[in-house]
Amino acid sequence: MLDVIVIGTGISGSFVARELAKFDLNVMVLEKNNDISNETTMANSAIIHSGYDPVPGTNKAKYNVEGSRMYEQVCKELECEYKRVGSLTVAVDDEQVQTLYELEKRSVINDVPVSILTRDEALAMEPNLADATKAVLLAESAAIIYPWEVAIALMENAMDNGVTLKLNQEVIGIKKLDSGYKVITTNESFEAKLVINCAGVFADKIHNMIAKKTFEITPRRGQYFVLDTTVGNLVNHVIFPCPSTKGKGVLVTPTTHGNLLVGPTSEVIADKNGIQTTMDGLQYVREHANTIVKNIPYHKVIRSFAGLRPSSDLHDFIIEEAKDAKGFIDVAGIESPGLASAPAIAKEVIRLVKSRIELVNKVKFNPNRKAYTTFAHLNLEEKKEIIKKDKMYGQIICRCETVTEGEIVDCIRRNAGATTIKGVKKRVRPGMGRCQGGFCEPLVVEILARELGIDPMEVKYDSVGSNIFVEETKFNQEQIKELKAKGE
Amino acid sequence: MREYDTIIIGGGPAGLAAAVEIYNEGVTDILILERDIQLGGILQQCIHNGFGLHEFKEELTGPEYAQRFIDKVEELKIPYKINTMVLDITKEKEIHIMNSEDGYQILKAKTIVLAMGCRERTAGAISLPGTRPVGIITAGTAQYYLNMKGYLVGKKVFILGSGDIGLIMARRMTLEGATVLGVAEILPYSGGLTRNIVQCLHDFDIPLYLSHTVAKVKGKDRVEGLTLMEVDENRKPIKGTEQEFEVDALLLSVGLIPDNELSESADIDIHRRTNGPIVNEKMETNVEGIFACGNVLHVHDLVDFVSAESRRAGRGVVRYLNGEKTLSKGVETVNGQGVSYVVPQKLHVDQIEGKFAEVFLRTTDVYHDAKIVIKLDGKEIKTFKRPHLAPAEMEHLKINKELIDIDYGQLSVEVVEKEAN
Ligand SMILES: Cc1cc2nc3c(=O)[nH]c(=O)nc-3n(C[C@H](O)[C@H](O)[C@H](O)COP(=O)(O)OP(=O)(O)OC[C@H]3O[C@@H](n4cnc5c(N)ncnc54)[C@H](O)[C@@H]3O)c2cc1C
Ligand SMILES: Cc1cc2nc3c(=O)[nH]c(=O)nc-3n(C[C@H](O)[C@H](O)[C@H](O)COP(=O)(O)OP(=O)(O)OC[C@H]3O[C@@H](n4cnc5c(N)ncnc54)[C@H](O)[C@@H]3O)c2cc1C
Repeated sequence: MLDVIVIGTGISGSFVARELAKFDLNVMVLEKNNDISNETTMANSAIIHSGYDPVPGTNKAKYNVEGSRMYEQVCKELECEYKRVGSLTVAVDDEQVQTLYELEKRSVINDVPVSILTRDEALAMEPNLADATKAVLLAESAAIIYPWEVAIALMENAMDNGVTLKLNQEVIGIKKLDSGYKVITTNESFEAKLVINCAGVFADKIHNMIAKKTFEITPRRGQYFVLDTTVGNLVNHVIFPCPSTKGKGVLVTPTTHGNLLVGPTSEVIADKNGIQTTMDGLQYVREHANTIVKNIPYHKVIRSFAGLRPSSDLHDFIIEEAKDAKGFIDVAGIESPGLASAPAIAKEVIRLVKSRIELVNKVKFNPNRKAYTTFAHLNLEEKKEIIKKDKMYGQIICRCETVTEGEIVDCIRRNAGATTIKGVKKRVRPGMGRCQGGFCEPLVVEILARELGIDPMEVKYDSVGSNIFVEETKFNQEQIKELKAKGE
Repeated sequence: MREYDTIIIGGGPAGLAAAVEIYNEGVTDILILERDIQLGGILQQCIHNGFGLHEFKEELTGPEYAQRFIDKVEELKIPYKINTMVLDITKEKEIHIMNSEDGYQILKAKTIVLAMGCRERTAGAISLPGTRPVGIITAGTAQYYLNMKGYLVGKKVFILGSGDIGLIMARRMTLEGATVLGVAEILPYSGGLTRNIVQCLHDFDIPLYLSHTVAKVKGKDRVEGLTLMEVDENRKPIKGTEQEFEVDALLLSVGLIPDNELSESADIDIHRRTNGPIVNEKMETNVEGIFACGNVLHVHDLVDFVSAESRRAGRGVVRYLNGEKTLSKGVETVNGQGVSYVVPQKLHVDQIEGKFAEVFLRTTDVYHDAKIVIKLDGKEIKTFKRPHLAPAEMEHLKINKELIDIDYGQLSVEVVEKEAN
């Protein structure tokens, strides 16, 4: 019997898995998708909120403030991008200026330093703020990350330290055993003393498999535009509108890779898989973004996407053991600021685990993980050097993002490595740029087929069933037959 | 550091034609750089007929057309490097290149020819609504998979955008046993050549839905279907016109964009309309000694014009190396009513070879019984009658250079439609 099963590999499950890896435990992580972090952690604003604004006394406030203070250290250990760009919340009328002062009061209770700047001070920092800007609230400690990079790095580090990851294992049932639980997936079943539910928008379904219904998760969709890196410096801080009852609103922010992100909407929807973008939604994003930032060059849009906030009817994070299922721990309702809070939430999970089983520190735990070599960031001498050592770094695969074959092969061969086109794209970015894979995708297909030892027909974009090709042409089939005949 | 007389970036038809011309004009210290595993550019995947009617007076396939130029390059022993990516260029004409054999190198040249071609607009760029599963793919990438690798990306296909590549792929995929359910174009007219509409759609009974767009893509792992809607004059979908299609792939042929990231790194001015460098009659950019030709300059519909334009760039290179200086200030060409762009953007009359100034243009709309009117500083100097003009078909005009009798000013090109009566 395993000690712990973690369900889900979003930012929550990944942080929990890596915290558990610090102890002498037998840990398995189950994920229904064909890669880590393919759901909410794949589609959000990527901001480590400073934590000045959640209502004091809530779990959101507590874990956000704690979590945001822990991030830099974790990102150092895992060599992940972390940029403390600061955030500006923009007031465009007198009522909103009042709101800024209210927020300032809250920040004192939450113990997060902020300051209010005049219009002139703000425009000097960010010339592209809307003309109507009256005042802004600056929170210097707000940062941006590359969310799934962090999750993948956490899982890689957890696996390096002995955790097992199983992909394509959708949990469909949980049974109580004399001691512990039997977790049943679409293809197997596993037994463990403890189960930790980090299933994002599906966390209520998982909870209801073993415990009485105590909460319900409704997806709240957010749609975005991504703009080309040539316009990523339109703003240099995270720019928020003044918050309203409807949430944080449509923001504009640079990303860690120099793109510009504009969004999200906030739409309550019924479908837990409803990640469609809509014409109306994207129009809404445009109109609202323009109220806080001017000159957004929408002709530089390279992509639009949508993510789902796992909003619970309790309106706060649920991090607790189910009352009627000892050893079954929920990490649910993790909407924003879920990314920012994740390291602190994982610590809380460890406290809950500790009350059920004995925890012994793993002596050999290695907290460090090496980043992929980002060829584009090397200086000239380093570039020459690495190509000398490994020719594959001399072969550019993605022009837009300057990604070499060396980086792609590295991200496939590691623990928690890529097995799909999207997996490679998430890890080392070929296809993330302005041509969206038009030039490099065929090359990545070949590298994946070679590295995984599979036929190109078997190469998947993402999920099982998303093969890039549906058929080989007659010409190709005959050629292969001929080659095979020769070989035999 | 050794300095090449000329380095050509891109080994497609543009780069190859420029190289051969430069060699024939007496400059032999040339290097062609190409990132692909072979020379020939995009033509290598265009295995259909229809290339070379102007250039060779016969119908060739894309690879055949390219091969004629590759053979010339081989015969003249013009040096080239394949599998070599150009990563950066500077206005001082330093060229950063990389391949797995020589590693990272910086080369220097007296002149540079930019011939990097173009890339396709993507689903992301047009913010295609709906889910984002596998099977949404640009027509050119689907063409590459099919013609270069032998794989089909779908069996029940819809095509968004009526660009030429999409039209050609409609026929090609049909011939490979796929069903093409239709081609949708958001504009009221096609984005492709008339001959492609006839030969690729009509001949195969594939419907063309003008003033229509894909309003929603469905499918979780793979594309499962889409909603087609008619659009109004503002390109907004009209409620109630929804039609559903079951498909496993959606090909996009929604435009080509000249690939000018390198040009921008050398401070070359890019034209807002062509998305290519601003050039003069010799195809020289604002950075002296750097020239541009082919699809990197503006998107061409016929490769024959690419070859002709690139030879002119080649001669420009040689004239520059021979120390020829431009003395006149130059006349600026501007797009007037009904014209979306004019190339070249600058004409130095004293530098024009032969009797005629040659300009290329595209119109903003479809016109019948129209006149193209050329004005010099507001004064009409020449008109060209055209029974039919369309944005998809590039227009080529020859203007007697004696008519342009000024050193400095504006030459505007506009379309006047015959008054309806
Ligand atoms: C539009 C938007 C903007 C946001 N912006 C921010 C922000 O700027 N800053 C911030 O801090 N937070 C932000 N958030 C919130 C943040 O993204 C989430 O809190 C966080 O990503 C949730 O992570 P998670 O691991 O809990 O869930 P997820 O990332 O959804 O992970 C859940 C995992 O569980 C798996 N799973 C589900 N069911 C099963 C099953 N039956 N069997 C096996 N596996 C299963 C899923 O496949 C998935 O991998 C935003 C969210 C959205 C939608
Ligand atoms: C799919 C398609 C169908 C067409 N059909 C027809 C037709 O039927 N008839 C017709 O006459 N015309 C047709 N055309 C038009 C014609 O073929 C093109 O206009 C012509 O190929 C453009 O030539 P080019 O050399 O400018 O660009 P390309 O052929 O694209 O060549 C550019 C070259 O530069 C290389 N390159 C780019 N960047 C770099 C870098 N950084 N480092 C090194 N190398 C680089 C590329 O790999 C490529 O080989 C078609 C075009 C396309 C795309």
